[in-house]
Amino acid sequence: MSLKIIVLAKQVPDTRNVGKDAMKADGTVNRAALPAIFNPEDLNALEQALRLKDACAGTTVTLLTMGPGRAAEIIREGLYRGADGGYLLTDRAFAGADTLATSYAISMAIRKIKEYDLIICGRQAIDGDTAQVGPQVAEKLRLSQITYAEEIQKIEDGKVTVKRRLEGGVETVEAKLPIVITVNGSAPECRPRNAKYIQKYKHAKTITEKQDAATAGYAALFDKRPYLNLQEWSVADVNADVAQCGLSGSPTKVKKIENVVFQAKESKTLEPTGDNIDELMRELILNHTIG
Amino acid sequence: MSNYFLDTPGLKHHLHHPLMRRIVELKERNYADKDAFDYAPYDYEDAMDSYEKVLEIAGGICDDVIAPNAEGVDHEGPAVNGGRVTYATGTQQNLDAVRKAGLMGIAMPRRYGGLNFPVTPYIMAADMVSRADAGFENLWGLQDCIETLYEFGNEDQRQRYIPRVCAGETMSMDLTEPDAGSDLQSVMLKATYCEKDGCWYLNGVKRFITNGDSDIHLVLARSEEGTKDGRGLSMFIYDKKNGGVDVRRIENKLGIKGSPTCELVFKNAKAELCGERKLGLIKYVMALMNGARLGIMAQAVGLCEAAYREGYAYALERKQFGKAIIEFPAVYEMAALMRAKADASRAILYETSRFVDIYKALDDISRERKLEPEERQEMKKYSKLADAFTPLGKGMTTEYANQNAYDAIQIHGGSGFMKDYTCERLYRDARITNIYEGTTQLQVVAAIRHVTTGTYLGRIREYEALEYKPETEGLRQKLIEMTSRYGEAAALVMEPKDSEYLDFHARRLVEAAGHCIMGYLLLQDANKDGENFRRSAEVYISYGQAEVNKIYSYITNFNREDLGYFKI
Repeated sequence: MSLKIIVLAKQVPDTRNVGKDAMKADGTVNRAALPAIFNPEDLNALEQALRLKDACAGTTVTLLTMGPGRAAEIIREGLYRGADGGYLLTDRAFAGADTLATSYAISMAIRKIKEYDLIICGRQAIDGDTAQVGPQVAEKLRLSQITYAEEIQKIEDGKVTVKRRLEGGVETVEAKLPIVITVNGSAPECRPRNAKYIQKYKHAKTITEKQDAATAGYAALFDKRPYLNLQEWSVADVNADVAQCGLSGSPTKVKKIENVVFQAKESKTLEPTGDNIDELMRELILNHTIG
Repeated sequence: MSNYFLDTPGLKHHLHHPLMRRIVELKERNYADKDAFDYAPYDYEDAMDSYEKVLEIAGGICDDVIAPNAEGVDHEGPAVNGGRVTYATGTQQNLDAVRKAGLMGIAMPRRYGGLNFPVTPYIMAADMVSRADAGFENLWGLQDCIETLYEFGNEDQRQRYIPRVCAGETMSMDLTEPDAGSDLQSVMLKATYCEKDGCWYLNGVKRFITNGDSDIHLVLARSEEGTKDGRGLSMFIYDKKNGGVDVRRIENKLGIKGSPTCELVFKNAKAELCGERKLGLIKYVMALMNGARLGIMAQAVGLCEAAYREGYAYALERKQFGKAIIEFPAVYEMAALMRAKADASRAILYETSRFVDIYKALDDISRERKLEPEERQEMKKYSKLADAFTPLGKGMTTEYANQNAYDAIQIHGGSGFMKDYTCERLYRDARITNIYEGTTQLQVVAAIRHVTTGTYLGRIREYEALEYKPETEGLRQKLIEMTSRYGEAAALVMEPKDSEYLDFHARRLVEAAGHCIMGYLLLQDANKDGENFRRSAEVYISYGQAEVNKIYSYITNFNREDLGYFKI
């Protein structure tokens, strides 16, 4: 059975290695100071999609991302790993979106794509940590959803079986397609870029990128190889209501930003004996630090 | 997260050597594949960009997967059960990663599913893989066997086997037997042709076979009953799917423990002839070995680099007498020499790979059409240079890998002797490099004729005639002096026309040639990129000059009659 899969992915600042100028004075993330990367859990999601593609002949994996022009890199990154195509939602009117406006824009783009069996995305992005966009997209499209997925185990008779990773255990659930699935970071890591795909897709560009003089030498390529033309969609392209997009469609207001410094408040020195270790383990389990 | 390709300036530097333009032009047949394959390059810049991008993938896997697995693989090692080999967990993960990344069959033509990369970028990946885990380099590097099948197999065999290797199946070359190591002429594994079944059957034992439970084997066997020498040997392809070969045991080795070294029992194993009968050893194995030797050079360079990095990092971090030990002359000299040996080894590795690239590409073209006279000349020139540089480079770099690993432990002091640090693994892993695919002593046997016929001297003169920046003139002068001492010593040894006397001094002469050549290569590197190579050029040429002087002194003070004292 061939499937049509849409993977939602976000380009995020790499907050895992933050320097001192990672935050601006107003408390927002200084995106310019941090390298832009593929949101890690979206990579886990992409891997789940690619595994389904490996298992079910004829399956296509399409990436959908929203962001500035440079977020086209996310689509190329997906293509390098085995995806078949992608769309970049980009428009000044999308800027400043909170999760509500983001999920609105994405759901409109998915309506435009029209055909899909699964929409897979990461649980949350490392820049906002909200875990709201996936579920909100599902609601807006009136689809069922499975969150915290660790493994999409099988797809049979229009039903998907998914293992979920929850606090304190796992749960296996079944649901009907089409569906939105959000994938946990504990799912298998994404496969590496592939040597053939990177050579095939390295010239893939959006219409905006094609205006850059550096690609001039390859102009003929874009006509000959249609897959090198990455789709760029604006608010109008996805028939979205401008008022519900970007800043104007975002009720979330940042009230205050606090800098939190982690500091050890109390410390304890123990002699390295078996009894002391047992005692410490008991204590840590009792106060729920571990276990 | 780092990347082995991006964190080693020498790689991009060597990749962008001027000779690459010719290599790529030949290999890509003027970019003829671009309409037939969506991943074929458009032009030279596009091809180079593709090499860089793919090497970046390999460099990422080295850092993310292979290097972190190296220690576990070293401890766990492979196992054999019921005649089949199971790799260590980490080895399996490494293989999965390189397969998924499409890094198998790199050098094969696109029509068989390969990437059609020249040898140079392929060897560059081997250099990085070895730095991550030298033992894994063996498994990954054995994909090079497919080159021999491509060169000498028929079209039907190419179509059946090459795509499998490009898809990730592994290979082995089954040459050594209990009584046939360096002396492969004594191979006894028996190949019998069965008229009824229309195929060959192999019977006998092979020993020390790296990755002996591979999917596709190239086997050297005696097809001509009653013969005793190399002319009775042919090359066969054995497909594991057909069965008939079992792994009797795997060796417990000093190093490269992740790579299974197998004893194989062939019991009526169905096989097919590769190429022509009787050419197995004299033609095909020689080709196979030349490729493998280049691979081992890459392995040695990776180890040189890894050992330098381990030693240097420790010297920066370790404090004694109130300061980092790197500040003491005794330590920084060691570190600088390790860096210089790594850079010199890398320089000769890629010089050699470029020679191989040109003659192999021309050789391949000669299968499609008749070469023009100047192309034939070009092929002859580079084939001879490859033939001269492969044993010299293999000998020099693998000895340096050992020396760097030794010094890495020395910098670590007592800690280096403990199993807690990577340097002890490097030390064990490096030890095989100057033994297998021909010991250094055998490399000298292959290289000495290029001392006597003047191949090395001729090439050195070409280097000497290049243009260098005035600030490196002092280095050039040193090299001119080294060359003249090398030439003088060689003439002195050759003069009596006594082959035993020549053999006695052969290693010294080959090494002296090596110092001159590697010195000139580093001088060229320093001229192109002073920031990254000037230091190494200075350090290496000073070291090389002292070594050549030592050799010169030994030879000029040696009485031929004294040879008797050495015969115990």
